[in-house]
This record gives sequence, structure tokens and C-alpha cells, in this order.
Amino acid sequence: MIRLTTPISDEEILGLKVGDQVSLSGVIITGRDAAHKYMIDNFIGKANPTPSESEVYARLKTVLKGGVIYHCGPVVGGLETKQYRFVAAGPTTSSREEPYQADVIKHFGVKSVIGKGGMGAKTSAACVENKACYLHAIGGAAVFLAQSVVKVTDVLKLEFGVPEAMWIIEVKDFPVVVTMDAHGGSLHRDIATASAEVMKRLVGIK
Amino acid sequence: MKPLDIDLREPLLELVRRTSTELAPDVAALIERAAATESKGTAAWNAMQTVLENIHLAREKSAPICQDTGHITFHVHSPFGYSQRMLIEQMLWAVRTASAKTYLRPNSVDSLTGKNSGDNTGLGFPMFYFHEWEKDELCFDLMLKGGGCENVGAQYRLPHAPLGAGRDLEGVRRVVLDAIDKAQGYGCSPGIIGVGIGGDRGTGYLVSKEQLFRRLDDKNPNAELAALEERILSEANQLGIGPMGFGGKTTILAVKIGANHRVPACFFVSVSYACWADRRGRLSWKNGEVSYD
Repeated sequence: MIRLTTPISDEEILGLKVGDQVSLSGVIITGRDAAHKYMIDNFIGKANPTPSESEVYARLKTVLKGGVIYHCGPVVGGLETKQYRFVAAGPTTSSREEPYQADVIKHFGVKSVIGKGGMGAKTSAACVENKACYLHAIGGAAVFLAQSVVKVTDVLKLEFGVPEAMWIIEVKDFPVVVTMDAHGGSLHRDIATASAEVMKRLVGIK
Repeated sequence: MKPLDIDLREPLLELVRRTSTELAPDVAALIERAAATESKGTAAWNAMQTVLENIHLAREKSAPICQDTGHITFHVHSPFGYSQRMLIEQMLWAVRTASAKTYLRPNSVDSLTGKNSGDNTGLGFPMFYFHEWEKDELCFDLMLKGGGCENVGAQYRLPHAPLGAGRDLEGVRRVVLDAIDKAQGYGCSPGIIGVGIGGDRGTGYLVSKEQLFRRLDDKNPNAELAALEERILSEANQLGIGPMGFGGKTTILAVKIGANHRVPACFFVSVSYACWADRRGRLSWKNGEVSYD
């Protein structure tokens, strides 16, 4: 088991390889479909964010530099009192962020993306280029993973709705597996290649 | 009690709570069996151990097994004379209350504005299907199906040349395996596959989803379909995708196939994928007595 704490250094990332079990601690931020589109539309490739978004931009730059973005739309308690707590918080499918992820990693200096199902060639290349990696959490293990969320620090863009908002959280010993590393390795690519071979045999063509 | 006097709001709330926080015994049993087949120390084995612990924790804490509490579907079977509007009002109350109690995540989003309604209600949300039957009892079947596995569902039109799939059960076998292969680990494997043969594009998917309400240990009354279910299950587990797509022995837990009539020009095969957190529950009401199953 490898222990990592945010912010994460390039050296730590380069020391990781596909298959490594990682226990993650520190401040991370959730972000999924609406958040990625928002970052692309407002900040990336733009000269200056509009004044209304500049505060969010400043927060994101701080949290994401050497940081971790978690593809997660949690169930959150305490919405009325704003004494937020994560009730259930497993990963969502990452592949939907494939068009955006590489640019987000590069722009903000993100070191790790947590999700499930893995991502494609564009993100894999961005992991190599920017010394980043993909960490796989267990899909559906929502109560188990919520136990590792020790504090909800803040929430950005709550108007996106609870699942799509960007929740700044502190995690302790959050369990993940490296499935895409900074050396070009991808468990997902390997498994898909192998299963395609089996398919040829089962279907008897190609 | 007359059909217009019943108040099932609290039992319906309990149905939603149970369905979101407790897996049905047949689903949990298959997951346990699958966990035991993976080799100790592998990523697949670790994933299944986490899954088992999560199932236990969710029940203990009465918290959602998965944060994606999904599309909400009710199938209601009722005797003649029950008001559908009244039952819908009661189910809506249960869903709103369950959302406020965090048994459900606010999951209903306006497709045009992106605004989340906050209480799991909206246009066509939840989904209600009514069936009148001969029995003197009311039955509510509920399914909470997350978006990750819904996204990997697929519909094929036979013949399907790339797979050499013709208009027969061999063709069905080929395209269902293709859907499972394409799903990889995206749908939170090990999954459960519902297949609908025939119908139009709408009812084809409906049949595939109705299969997901079947008990996993049942036997298809049609011998040919029963054999096909077993064959696809066995072959899917040769793909090596495994839990979470980490590689491993169990990719699929069960395959269930149903068929509707079709028109001569159309031959659809519709595949619905349920993640391992296959959340379905049943509330029965008879002679004033409530039971859950």
C-alpha cells in the first residue's frame, strides 16, 4: 500500500505504476459532467474569466495545483443547515469526461483523477505529458468510500445541483488502485484488447 | 378497506428506503458466490471484498448502497377499481420524503435547462407503469437503476453484419455478447443482463428491463431461452473483464431473456445492463397487511 497526501509531487506520480494500491489523504475536489464543461467553457483557453467566475477560478487553481479531482456525485446530508456531510460517495463513470480531462489536467496542474471505468488514449497521453495518473475507486461502494471523507470544507457551484456541484472535501486513507500511470500504462486498454480477442473466438469471425 | 381509502405513503417510503439501502437476498447471494471465485490478493478479489463490505455497511447505516440512486421505476399491479392518480400521489410523496431523508440523491434534471428539481420528481420522473390483475392484492415493484449501467445498454437491429448476426437466437447470442464486451467495466461489473427480443424500439427496451425484475435464481419457462441464458452467462465470463473491469473470473452474474412479438420488417435485440448494486424491491398489500420482498 502506497500512501499519498495532497498536494502530490511529480516524483510521487512517477513512482506509481498500474496495479499499485494507494491510500490517499488530504484535500480533493469532486467534479463531473457539468463541472468539466464549466471549466472548459469558462477558463481553459480563455484570456480572463468573467468577474462573476473569478472567485471560483481562484479556488480551483489553489485546490487543483498538484491536486486530485474526483468524478463523484455524492449524496449529501445537512443541506438545510449547511452542516454538510457525505452520506454516499462512490465514483461515477469517467469516460464521459474524456473530451475534457486532458485539458483540465494540463491547465490546472492536476496530478490525479479518481473515477471508475478508466479513460481513453487522450487522457492517457495527458498523464504521460503532465506527470499525472488515473486512480480507480470501487464503483458502487458508496457508503464504504464516504467513510473516508472526514470533512466537507466547501462547495462551489451548488447551483449545478448536489451531484454536479464541486465539493471540496478532506479525505483520509481513501482506497484506490492505479489503473493508468504516467508511463503510458493502462489496465483498461489491456483488458479491452484481451477481451476483444476472446470475442473473436466466441463469435467466430474477424 | 375500499380502494379509495388506503394510505400507503409510509409503507412506500419504507419500500424506497429498503430498496436503496439493502440488496435483495438473491442478488447478495450471487455476489458472495462470485467474490469467492476470484483469486485472493488480485485487484478483482479486493474489489469484491470492498463490494461485500459496502453492502453490509449500507444496511447497517441505512444509507444508499450507491450514491447514484438512479432512474426510479415503479411497476404497480392492482385489482380492478384502484385510482392510479391516487397511488401516484402516494408514490410521489414517498419519493420526495426519501430524497429529503437522503435515501435518494436528488437525481431528476431538466434536460433543457440542466436544473435539478431537488426532490426526484419531474417530467416522466419517476416512471410509473400500471397493470391490472386478477389477484386481490396490490403489488409495487420498485427499481433504482444508476446512470452508469444505463449508459451501457444497447439496441441492435438484426441482421447485424459486423458480427455476422442473423435473425435467430444465434444472432441474439452474438449481439448480446458484443454489448457485454463493449460495456467492459463501465457499468460496474459484475452486472446482470436483461435482454428483450422483438417489440418495437420502445417496448424492446421495456421487455429487457422487465427481465431485471426476475429473481436471479428463477428458470426461464421457455427451454430455448433458458439454454441461451446459460450459454451467454458462461461465455461472457470467459471475456476476462472481471469486477470493475480489473480482469477476473466474474464479468456477469446472470442473464435473463424475454421476447415479444415483432413485425416482419423489424428484429430488435435490446440489452439492459444492471450494475452489481441491482436495487429492486417489492411491497405487497393484502387485506390491510403490508409485506416486503
